[in-house]
Amino acid sequence: MQYMALIYDAPNGFERFEGDLMADYGKFTQEAVAAGVFKAGDALMPVSDASSVRVRGGKAAVTDGPFAETKETLGGYYLLECADLDEALKWAAKIPTAKIGTIEVRPVMVFDR
Amino acid sequence: MINAALARVFKLESGRVMAALVAQFRDFDLAEEAFQDAVTEAARTWPRAGTPSSGGAWLLAVARRRALDRLRKSARAKDRAALDNLALLADDAAPDEAGFAIPDERLRLIFTCCHPALAPEARVAMTLRTLCGLSARDIARAFLVPHATMNQRLTRAKAKIRHAGIPYRVPEADDIPARLDAVLSVIYLIFNAGYAPLTPALSAEALRLCAVLHRLQPLPETAGLWALMQLHSARDGARVSADNMLNSLKDQNRDLWDHTAIADGKNRLLRALGQRRPGPYQIQAAISALHCEAESWQATDWPQILGLYDALFALTPTPVVALNRAVAQAQAGAPVAALDVFKTLEAALAGYQPFYAARAELRARCGQAGARADFNRAIDMATSPQERAFLRRKLQELP
Repeated sequence: MQYMALIYDAPNGFERFEGDLMADYGKFTQEAVAAGVFKAGDALMPVSDASSVRVRGGKAAVTDGPFAETKETLGGYYLLECADLDEALKWAAKIPTAKIGTIEVRPVMVFDR
Repeated sequence: MINAALARVFKLESGRVMAALVAQFRDFDLAEEAFQDAVTEAARTWPRAGTPSSGGAWLLAVARRRALDRLRKSARAKDRAALDNLALLADDAAPDEAGFAIPDERLRLIFTCCHPALAPEARVAMTLRTLCGLSARDIARAFLVPHATMNQRLTRAKAKIRHAGIPYRVPEADDIPARLDAVLSVIYLIFNAGYAPLTPALSAEALRLCAVLHRLQPLPETAGLWALMQLHSARDGARVSADNMLNSLKDQNRDLWDHTAIADGKNRLLRALGQRRPGPYQIQAAISALHCEAESWQATDWPQILGLYDALFALTPTPVVALNRAVAQAQAGAPVAALDVFKTLEAALAGYQPFYAARAELRARCGQAGARADFNRAIDMATSPQERAFLRRKLQELP
């Protein structure tokens, strides 16, 4: 099964991280690739760079900022191939930001062809 | 269920049969439907043909065939999961009903039903539905929620198990301690739901589940919880008086306690403690054992109970543990210091009825103002008529 690990953290949360966050992410990604679990993964620019768009009555309205104002915001993701939820949760717990933020794990929907 | 033999088999074996079905088909709904089919067929045929030598194995064999029928009916060429199941089952499609044992899959299933990725109330409901064979209606009644709410809770939990890929597996050895906590807390929640005067059958189910869990995997905390529940239950005979009033531990007639069960619970606890891996349930059982040993409320070994609460608080520093510790502190001879502790807990326990009941008693004992107001608050918060009557009587007894 594929699971999306959504990485949430407070803006500037990385300042609270003890150690080298980038190095830890490098190690994590390498480990996930070596285990054949890694499908994709990216970090996102902060919500101050976000734009939101809604189409209502055929008109697109663009606003500055994220979809919702929250303390913790989406900062990146991994797409992981795992046997079951237990395996996915184990990998999610190893994502460096889990120590200071929250990782939301969502199964990827499969459509019948 | 008219047939007494069927009722007995259902009570004893439904958990095992359901667990075997879910483990095999990995589909709670299919397992439930097939099991219901088998029970219906048993109700029809057993009175005429006689009760089979192993009723549980009979139910499982019939339910498996019914599940297969259902799968065949719904299988389309593209329905791979169903076809895989059919292939898997080709080998033992027609087992000799009396001749095969029911595989015990309950351990696997209890870890699935009590998975931390499910909401706590869903874990309780799934465990009672699947491992105890209770109907959604019975569970709804026990937890005082509408039937439709309970149905929805079960449906959601089953969907999440399926969609999120919650596995049917006993966790690996390293993960068991963390996962066991969730299982034990579900069992204790079920027990406490039954311990409230409404539904004693649930307490019996909790004891049964704990015994199964312990037989499959004898860990000290499992034994600790089992002993704790046994020691609590041993006092059942004295908890409610002839006129249906609750008796607090202080006022109970200790001759009415079940001293055989107390001895059994204490032995179990001592064996668990002997493994030198203490935990919250073992400590709570030790506290309960000290109460059970005492000849009266006054003669209770309060200093030792206080020491045990210190140990419990070190492991689980919750406001409720701090409250119980303060009550023990008052009994051990420091009621004024205990009242100071109550002050620090009030914000955290503002919605907790026992806080006000305990502070009322303590204030009355120390001659401090506010006992009457505290009892009135506790009465307002009480959830059962028995509790309310109990607190009213306490209020009336104030000088």
